[in-house]
Amino acid sequence: MNIEKKILKYSSLEELVLKLNRDGKQVFAPVKKDNIVDFAPVSGLYEMAEDYIVTVQSAKFVVFPNVETLFEIETSKDKITLKDKDFNSIPEIILLGTRPCDAAGFNILNAMFGGDYQDTIYSARLDKTTLVSISCNKSDAKCFCTSVNGNPGATAGSDILLTRIDNNDFLAEIVTEKGKAIVSKYPELFETVPEINKDKYMADVPVEFNLNGISEKIYSRFDSDIWLEQSLRCIGCGTCAFICPTCGCFDIQDAYDGYSGQRKRSWDSCGFSLFTLHASGHNPRNVQSQRWRQRIMHKFVYLPEQQNLLGCVGCGRCSRSCSANMNLKELLIHLKNVIENE
Amino acid sequence: MESIRKKAKELLEKNAVQVIIGYGEGLDKSVSAIFVRKPENAETLIFDDRCVHNLAVYLLKNEIKALGKPCIIAHLAALRTILQLASEHQITEDDVLVLGVTHKGELMEFAGFKDIEKYIASANIDISENEKEIINKLEAMTREERWQFWVEHLSLKCIKCYACRAACPLCYCSRCQVEYNQPQWITVEATPVGIIEWHITRAMHIAGRCVSCGECYRACPMNIPINLLNYLTVLTIKEKFNVSAGTSADLDSVMSSFKSDDKENFIKQS
Amino acid sequence: MPDFQPKIVAFVCTWCTYAGADLAGTSRIKYEPNVKIIRFPCTGRIDFMFLLKSFAYGADGVIVSGCHPNDCHYTSGNFHARRRWIVFRELVDLLGMDINRLCFSWVSAAEGAQWAEIVNSFTEQVRTLGPYKEYRELAEKDKK
Repeated sequence: MNIEKKILKYSSLEELVLKLNRDGKQVFAPVKKDNIVDFAPVSGLYEMAEDYIVTVQSAKFVVFPNVETLFEIETSKDKITLKDKDFNSIPEIILLGTRPCDAAGFNILNAMFGGDYQDTIYSARLDKTTLVSISCNKSDAKCFCTSVNGNPGATAGSDILLTRIDNNDFLAEIVTEKGKAIVSKYPELFETVPEINKDKYMADVPVEFNLNGISEKIYSRFDSDIWLEQSLRCIGCGTCAFICPTCGCFDIQDAYDGYSGQRKRSWDSCGFSLFTLHASGHNPRNVQSQRWRQRIMHKFVYLPEQQNLLGCVGCGRCSRSCSANMNLKELLIHLKNVIENE
Repeated sequence: MESIRKKAKELLEKNAVQVIIGYGEGLDKSVSAIFVRKPENAETLIFDDRCVHNLAVYLLKNEIKALGKPCIIAHLAALRTILQLASEHQITEDDVLVLGVTHKGELMEFAGFKDIEKYIASANIDISENEKEIINKLEAMTREERWQFWVEHLSLKCIKCYACRAACPLCYCSRCQVEYNQPQWITVEATPVGIIEWHITRAMHIAGRCVSCGECYRACPMNIPINLLNYLTVLTIKEKFNVSAGTSADLDSVMSSFKSDDKENFIKQS
Repeated sequence: MPDFQPKIVAFVCTWCTYAGADLAGTSRIKYEPNVKIIRFPCTGRIDFMFLLKSFAYGADGVIVSGCHPNDCHYTSGNFHARRRWIVFRELVDLLGMDINRLCFSWVSAAEGAQWAEIVNSFTEQVRTLGPYKEYRELAEKDKK
């Protein structure tokens, strides 16, 4: 696959952000506020945070927002009107500053919301989203993309991948048709590039483990004590699932005031104690160790079996934001060691 | 730290307790709760300035209770939590062995809850000056400015992950109000007023029970100073009813009791 | 805003304030019609969520009223309510909600005139404050 390369000077990226805004797109970039870096709309590049590994929340909100109104209902004495989602109201969004791990996360969500049944709202949002990612020139101890088939300069999932090179300028890899469309629209901003090897600008993320071929072994430990041992300190909040780029579980609730209202979809977490509560009152996963086991199995056993995809991109967000310090990389290393030594 | 490890090892060897709930260090040197069950693993227990988490949140978790009788390494806020839980009949003296730690790292062995009460009576349980200053700053703003502050920092930021609820040792309801939909008092979705209603509800349910451990703030992935709402109730209840949570295992529930001369200045009457 | 008619919701107890309001009616005392009265057995039963939901659904002001201390039909319901209101009021004030739109009172079954006076003065107060737009605008966002 021949990926076209261009140079995008820093000043040209500044121009690009201004022009995209002027041309009616919403540009979301990592912004530092109240000591955390998270995606927010930016009108100029100066608003973007410089020093971040990854944002606190993932970028999945553009295709899978925390709250999504599915449809609206109005009732009157003699009729019920159902108003479907207005797809025209979905804005065109450019995500600037996603990392290769964030971009890879979209592939898993695409498989979940696509496949046999196309989620039309998800697809509509995906169509209107363009990812201009920035590769990683540094990582921290919680990153482990290289252990889950990723790497800090991977292009998969991005429409354009920028790599910061000398002089603050960027090497731009134009990965997809959407990426090419941006270059065609603003050709004056993209310059031809001499041969540049981007590897020297990449963060060093050592491979800590290899999970290939281990799905069956993890599954065979379904009844092991290891799940209890690992999850004793988990407090069962929804943080890891909510900020994870590949978690797509949701709840659907009707919000009506008697005469009108909406049906809404919102984020849910398999870590919540009542996630699997049945209407009968029975809860097949009523203790945290079962819920922790499910999280690992879903990402590393069931998804690979069903979709041939690992359900984790190694971004490390869950580990950074977990208040109980459940460090996923450490726990996976521990899991692998236990399995291989038993 | 050594005295903690020594005592922990001794307790496990004698089988006086089956698990030590304490602090440990991960591979990347970050601190978390650990659950030591073998005497030889007592070496993994640590205690230093980084050990601020309120471990009492683990005392009521079913899978931890199933391990057997715990010993908990408890700093001041955790000690207050234990007394508050006792006053709410969630734990008894026989359920847990408490090893207190002062902020200097000194170990305190408590014979029972009365001992803990004595220690707490001599300790400073006020909300920190820093936090009081922030509350004062908020109170000095105009009402509109305060509303803007909370809309910006809470309504439009909170993702309803319930980390604040999960981290709080006093939030132990097996089925929280948000988990009912008949009636649906709190919206499931993270919508602006729904978020305000959730946080007011939690603050009111914790009112009189909050031991100002700050876990809610520490747990919030969005860095929202959610503890300020709870601290306001702590200050109000101390000022108006002269009670502080977690000071005795025999405390009456503040918001379920009353004094016939409770004072206020806003109720209209002739 | 002379044309603005505030919407006021009153949560009252059966045995004192509701009876007092009834007395105002039978005594033909005129008072502002802006108030919708909702009858509860006791102020002790009134959950603070009712007040919040009232504002979210369009109220500009809320009255909560019950028996005088020591006169509660259920002995102590109003004492529990008083503690709850003391804390709730401070909490929502810190959040920046307009506590001038909250009116708490003790009105007995014999105090028809006082009930009318409270409704009249509170309605004027809320009329001067205007509609509780900022809360309702935020609540509208919930519906998107």
